[in-house]
Formats: sequence, C-alpha cells, structure tokens
Amino acid sequence: MAKEYETVIGLEVHVELATRTKIFCGCSTAFGGRPNSHTCPVCTGMPGSLPVLNKKVLEYAVAVGLATNCNITRYCKFDRKNYFYPDNPQNYQISQLYLPICRDGYVEIDTEEGSKKVGIHEIHMEEDAGKLVHDEWEDCTLVDYNRSGVPLIEIVSEPDMRSAQEVIAYLEKLRLIIQYLGASDCKLQEGSMRADVNLSVREAGAEHFGTRTEMKNLNSFRAISRAIEGERARQIDLLEEGKAVVQETRRWDDAKETSYAMRSKEDAQDYRYFPDPDLVPVCISDEYLEEIKARQPEFRTEKMKRYREEFELPDYDIEIITGSKHMADLFEATVALGSQPKKVSNWLMGETLRLLKEKEMDPEEIRFSPENLGKLIALTENRAINSTVAKEVFEAMFQEDLDPERYVEEKGLKTVTDESALRRTVEEVIAANPQSVEDYRNGKEKAIGFLVGQTMKAMKGKADPAGVNRILKELLGH
Amino acid sequence: MERGQLLSLSAVELGAAVRAGETTAVEAMEAVLGQIEESESIYHCYVTIDREAALEKAAQVQKKIEAGELTGPLAGVPVAVKDNLCTEGLLTTCASRILENFVPTYSAEAVRNLEKAGAVLVGKTNMDEFAMGSTTETSFYGETKNPCNPEHVPGGSSGGSAAAVAAGECFFALGSDTGGSIRQPASYCGVVGMKPTYGTVSRYGLVAYGSSLDQIGPLTKTVEDCAVVLEAIASHDPKDSTSIAREDTDFSGALVNDVKGMRFGIPRDYFGEGLDPEVRQAVLRAAELLKGQGAIVDEFDLSLVEYAIPTYYTIAAAEASSNLERFDGIKYGYRAQDAQGLHQMYKKTRSQGFGPEVKRRIMLGSFVLSSGYYDAYYLKALKVKAMIKKAFDRAFEKYDCILGPVAPTTAPKLGESLSDPMKMYLGDIYTISVNLAGLPGISVPCGKDSKGLPVGLQLIGDCFQEKKLIRAAYTYEQSSKGGKE
Repeated sequence: MAKEYETVIGLEVHVELATRTKIFCGCSTAFGGRPNSHTCPVCTGMPGSLPVLNKKVLEYAVAVGLATNCNITRYCKFDRKNYFYPDNPQNYQISQLYLPICRDGYVEIDTEEGSKKVGIHEIHMEEDAGKLVHDEWEDCTLVDYNRSGVPLIEIVSEPDMRSAQEVIAYLEKLRLIIQYLGASDCKLQEGSMRADVNLSVREAGAEHFGTRTEMKNLNSFRAISRAIEGERARQIDLLEEGKAVVQETRRWDDAKETSYAMRSKEDAQDYRYFPDPDLVPVCISDEYLEEIKARQPEFRTEKMKRYREEFELPDYDIEIITGSKHMADLFEATVALGSQPKKVSNWLMGETLRLLKEKEMDPEEIRFSPENLGKLIALTENRAINSTVAKEVFEAMFQEDLDPERYVEEKGLKTVTDESALRRTVEEVIAANPQSVEDYRNGKEKAIGFLVGQTMKAMKGKADPAGVNRILKELLGH
Repeated sequence: MERGQLLSLSAVELGAAVRAGETTAVEAMEAVLGQIEESESIYHCYVTIDREAALEKAAQVQKKIEAGELTGPLAGVPVAVKDNLCTEGLLTTCASRILENFVPTYSAEAVRNLEKAGAVLVGKTNMDEFAMGSTTETSFYGETKNPCNPEHVPGGSSGGSAAAVAAGECFFALGSDTGGSIRQPASYCGVVGMKPTYGTVSRYGLVAYGSSLDQIGPLTKTVEDCAVVLEAIASHDPKDSTSIAREDTDFSGALVNDVKGMRFGIPRDYFGEGLDPEVRQAVLRAAELLKGQGAIVDEFDLSLVEYAIPTYYTIAAAEASSNLERFDGIKYGYRAQDAQGLHQMYKKTRSQGFGPEVKRRIMLGSFVLSSGYYDAYYLKALKVKAMIKKAFDRAFEKYDCILGPVAPTTAPKLGESLSDPMKMYLGDIYTISVNLAGLPGISVPCGKDSKGLPVGLQLIGDCFQEKKLIRAAYTYEQSSKGGKE
C-alpha cells in the first residue's frame, strides 16, 4: 500500500437525560417497569393528546451547551420528524432541525500531538422511541412504550477527529462533562449514551472529504474503536481496488467484528420536517442563561488543579479520582468528614479499583458511603484492626455499604493487643513447631515468618503483628 | 313541563327552569331523547347516542342540583359534542372508519369543563371525516341533513352539532373550527356559532386536524347561550402548550343591548364576485340595523383575501398529514386484516380506513412538506399567514368589529359539493382568514333567502375581543328578534 490515507470522523452522540419524568408528559423515566406501565395518552400517541415541554430537559440541554462552549439559541423551536415505525406512537418524532438549542461549540481533547479542539456542530433535544419485542413463539411483535418520550439530547460533532483514539478521548470528555453536570449517567452498555460514527477516508493532503458512511449499534468504547479500524480498512480496500465508497448506513456486529449495510442514500427517507404546531417556541432570556451558568459545577480541569493545591495528591491519584464524578464526590465527602486525603485516596486507588476490576463495575456503581469509608480509615488509624482485617472489612463494605465499626464488633475482628493473650498463643506455637524453632536458632531467619503466620492463624488474623513479632523474638532468645 | 314547551327554551332558560324546580335534568333529557326518536332518522345528527348513560347522568346531576352542589347556568342542560372531542368511555370516531372502534380513556378538557358545569352529554355528533369538509357529507357514517330543509346539507364540518341544535336534539353543542367549521354550519342551520381566539379553549382531547388553526367553540340557539357556554369551556390548561391564561372570560357580562359608538368595518373584498345576492342583501340589511342602533358602519379594503384559501389549504393540509400519521392500525382503531407484513398493513389500513377527502388532504400536505417544496409552499404560506394577520391588525386600529357574510351562499343541496372540491374550498373564503389570524368570529342568523334557508352574519373581532362580538351579536339579535326582521 503505497498511498497514505487519512481517516475523517464525526460523531452523533445521543445522551439520555436524567430527568425524573419524560420530555413531553409526566410519566416516569424509570427503568424496568412492567411493559407499558409508564405511559399515558401523550407518550402512546393517543388521539387528541398534546405535548408539554419538561423544563428540566431544557435546563440540562442548555447546561451541556454552555459546558461545551456552544452558542445558545435564544429562540428555539421543536420540529416534527415524520416516519412510520411502530416504536414511534405518533409516527413522528418530536426533535429539532431548524433551530436547535445549541450551536457552534467545541471541547478540547488531549492527543499525542497535544491539545486539540473538536467542534460541536449542534446539540438538539428530542424524544426517545418505544421498544419492539419480537415474540418468536407466538410469531408476533409487541410494543412497549415505557421508553417512548424519554428525553434525549443529540450532540453532533464536526468531522474533526482523525483516529479511534481521538474519538475515545472526545467521548470520554463528553461523558465526564455530562456526568459532572448530573445531566446523565452516560452508560454506553445500558444505552444512556449512544454514538453513531460518520467516517470517510481520503488520501493524505487531499482537499475534499471522501464519501462517508454512518456506523450504528456501537455499545462500548471497545466496539467503537474496532468499528473505526474495520471501517477505515474496508474503505481503503475499496479505494485501492478502484471502487467507490457508497454513502450508506451500516450496522456494526461486534461479535463478528464486521459491519453490514442497513440502507443506502437512495433509500433515505424524506422526513418532511416542519415546526411542531403543538409546542410554542422556547425563548431564552439573559437571566435564565445567567442562572444556569451560576449553577454550573466545578468541572474536571478545575477540580484537578484544586486537588493538586489543596490535597497534595500525586497526579496519578488525581487523574483517577476525577475521572469519575461519583468517585470525586466520594473522595471529597470522606475528606470533609476528617480523614486524611492521601489515606482516602489509597483506599480508592488500591482496594476500590481492584474490586471494580474484579467485578467488572464502573466507578459510578460504587455503593459505600463516605461515612463508612471514614470509619474504616479511623479503625486502621487507631490500630483497632490490622491491615489484613481492614481489607476483609472493606470488601464486605464494598458489597453492601455496611457500618465497619458494627461489622468489626459483631464479627469480633478487633486486634488483640492484650500482652498475656499474645504471649500465651506464641508459647503454644513455639511448643507445637520445634522444627521451625530449631531452624530459626540455626540461623534460618525466614523461619520466624512461618511462626508469625501460625500465631496469626491461631488468633484468626486478629493479632497485632508488631506485638507477635516482638514476643516471638524475645521468647526465641534473640 | 311538556316536551314542546321544554324544547322551545334556550339552554340558559332551561338551566333556570331546572334550578327553579319547574322541570328536571331528567325531564329535559327525556325531551331531547324524545325529539331524537322522532327526527334523528331524518336528520342523522349523531354518530353515537348513549341513552341509558345520558339518563343516568341526568339523574345524578339532578341530585347534585337539588343538593346545591351544582348551581351554574348549564347544570342539567343536555349537550351534544362533536365526534372529534374525546369522551372517556364513549366511542369517538371523528366520523372515520379508521376510528370505528376507538373508545378514549380520557375526556377532552372542554368536555370536562362542561361536566363540571353540570351539562349532561347526549351523544357524539356527526361531522366531516376528521373535520375535513364543509358539508358533513364526507362522514363514513352517512351524511347529516339540514333541519331547515332536509334536501340541503347542514354545512360542516360541525354539521351534526349545528343540525342537532336546530332540530332540538340537544340544547347546545360543541364544535371545532379550523377554517369555518363552526360558523358556516351555524349559518346554514340558523343557529349561533362562535370560534374563540386561538388558545382560549384547551385543545387537549380534540383530535387534531390543523393544530395551529383548530379551536373548540359553542353552537347555540341564542347569543346569550353562546356567551354562557364559552365562559364555561374557556380555561387555561397546562396540558395544552398553546392554551392562554386569560382573565377576561366572564363573557356573559358582555350581553349588553347597546352598540352606540361601536365601529364596524365592512370589507369590500367580502362583497365581490361569487357572493349570492340574497346573502349580500341580508348581511347589508343587518349592517343597516346596527347603524340604526347607533353603530358607526364603514366600508374598507381588507386586502389579501384572495390568498387566504391557498394559504389555509397549504398549512392545514401540512399539519393534517402529520397529525393523522398516528392512525396506523397498530395501537387502536381499524386494522386491515388481510395484510402481509408491516408495510402492507400500514398501506391497507390507511387505504381502507380513510375516505377520499382525507386522503386528498394527506397527499397535499405530504407534498407541501416534502424536501425541495417545503420553502416554496409551506414556508411561503406561513409568510402569507403573517401578512394576513397584519392586514387584520390594521383594520382593528380603526374598527371594533369586522362585519360580513359567513359563506357566499346558503346551504347547497346534498350531493352538489363533493363533485367539485375546488368549489367547496372556495366556499370557505370568508371564514378561513379568521383562523389564519387566530381571531374570534361569530355567526348569528340574519334572515332567510327566498328558498327559506338561513343566512348567517359574521362578526370578526381582534384577538381577545370576544366581548365586543358578543355585545354586537346580542344587540343585533335583540333588535332583529333573532334575525327575523
């Protein structure tokens, strides 16, 4: 392959907003309800029903727009996107085409060549569709409108990204901004954040973009990376063979690591967009904008700076803690309760990350409270429990946010520091292990480790290790 | 009270008689049902009548009146509701096959407001399918006939409501008006009909035709009834984003027999070609009468009248094409049984479920919204709509009311209109600008033509000026003895 190719990527990201109720009615957005239990005449498209905008949706959309340096459209409208499909009860989706709420923004991402701006073309508000359930046994299809009307924002980037790494960096950046705002939990696996990838290739240095394809069904960062690599290779192969790339929508099959065409440009529907006459235009005042600006939280960059100055943590720790809004909140709350910052960070960097990895969980899913983490740190600080026991207590607390003080009490895990009890056990261990005692006396220093271990075992791990060491050495006549 | 005597009462008179114990809500309902028994087979005003429920409800209301829980002017008065207003538990078809089995789970806000006022529902009135038409002949359930002469149409699309009021098959009715659908049938049937300012009555539960133009309003025997009913149904409804919070909805306070100093403008544009000479004469006579009562009457040029029809049919059809997409056989209503696969099911359901006039407007609306035509048709129509509103704004700088005919002719014969849709569309020329500009308009009977068919006088007011219309219409009604002079 003699020619050098450049990949050009733009993203359409759908984010499900964390409102309590739907975008145009008062139905709950909660997951997991019985089919069609979170519905009303509005979100099931009953004749005569009318939409009313949920103000929280607007608030979140504006907050995300401000955090991504967008211009906020002061007079914005909703449009109807008309298409027939059973998951769409009105057979039109209420969305925004002509006057979206946010335009012309950007976010900065870190790349190998340094910091780079990725442009945001627009952000618009819209409603989600219902879910079709195919019952193969009965050979019929049923529809569940619980998700119908759940609020979404769609963030459309400019074609500014050039690699999978840049795409992931951009998505991570968006995810953090939105999580910090509390506007969404942004979980790709659960679909609260969904990304469609528009990709084209061109010879390096070429002036115009190549023909692009749109890739759907990308449910993880890994799938996105692989789909980008796969689609880049597919398009380059076509060009190398002298064939043209067809403008089409493709569906990624992550199990097979391949994609297939869903529909081409020729099949593209005419959505007959027009302003929804049932909704009034949204006019945004200066006061409203100021109010939302004033409520913007401290974002990651500011937080990292503050952590460096205020807590004197290593950069590595800061990077990880601020990489999750939930973890940062947990850290700050625990420190506020009086724990030493580095001690708190150690628990998060060590055992927390280990267990998250082991259980394949996101930091967002951490359940234990700052109060309980603080108590656990206090227990180790005043030597009430030793480090082995502390790890055991932490794991229990990680599973089901329990009170470590009560747990230690109930399980009898307090470190035994009572000199006579320790001495008695050490004497028993020495009596029971003459070989090791002899080895030690013959100069095998390691043998003492075995004897310490036996003592700890005899005391069910609760012995004060320093005390055991001291007594052993004393009795073995060191 | 005997039936004939009861049925001659207006809604407000009946309400007073019920409150005074001279009759009861049940007796009133029985009188209406008796009249229906007698004349419904000729006029066919209703799609659905639930006699048992009506009588039961009347008995409940009567108890509440006696207990002092219901004291309003409409308590115990039988009402008919157009079949495009949702009624909980009662079939709501929009006179279409596609909703032949649709029973709503909720009632329209306007219907609920009437229920709160103690009015008792008789049934659901016939209409043009999805309110598309001017004769009530496009109904899937058969045409309604004009009680003034059953060989003629009652007008439309609220033809069933107008005919039911005229025939004594109810004491008043609700209709909806997108381009004249209350005022024109009121005119044809010789009753009073009013389209309020857009946003005055909640559209929640009104099956949408042209959402930016639709308004619910009363069809009544008298102007007094009209004011009282409008007062009952007007409300600010948070469920309708286009609903307006108004504080001036005490419309019955405007029932004043005095127009001295009120300024009326007669648009010359409304008296040109196509206007039947007898209609012209009746309307101008009404203007003279108001002048005699001290009104100032003036002629002027409104302008842009010839653009109203293409503008209206572009906007209304565009909105309708989208509004009617939800009727697909999936969730409710008619579903074609012999279809293979989703696409064919949609196609057959909608082909069999909608009538020709509805299909024509869906196609027209889909066309004007399609890519490449949107700017040339839909956007241009919106611009003209704004210009039409400005033309009215200029007129209302000079006049309190605009006075003119409701329709170019009196009620045509059955079967004459559908063969020539363009002619039918042109019949809306005097009413549709009012919807495009969001204004209130009222139709009051102003005499009859030589065939004995009623003529309607239309009064148009500026936004939120219903009270001026009511005052002028009431004065005219009182001084003309119901248009008989």
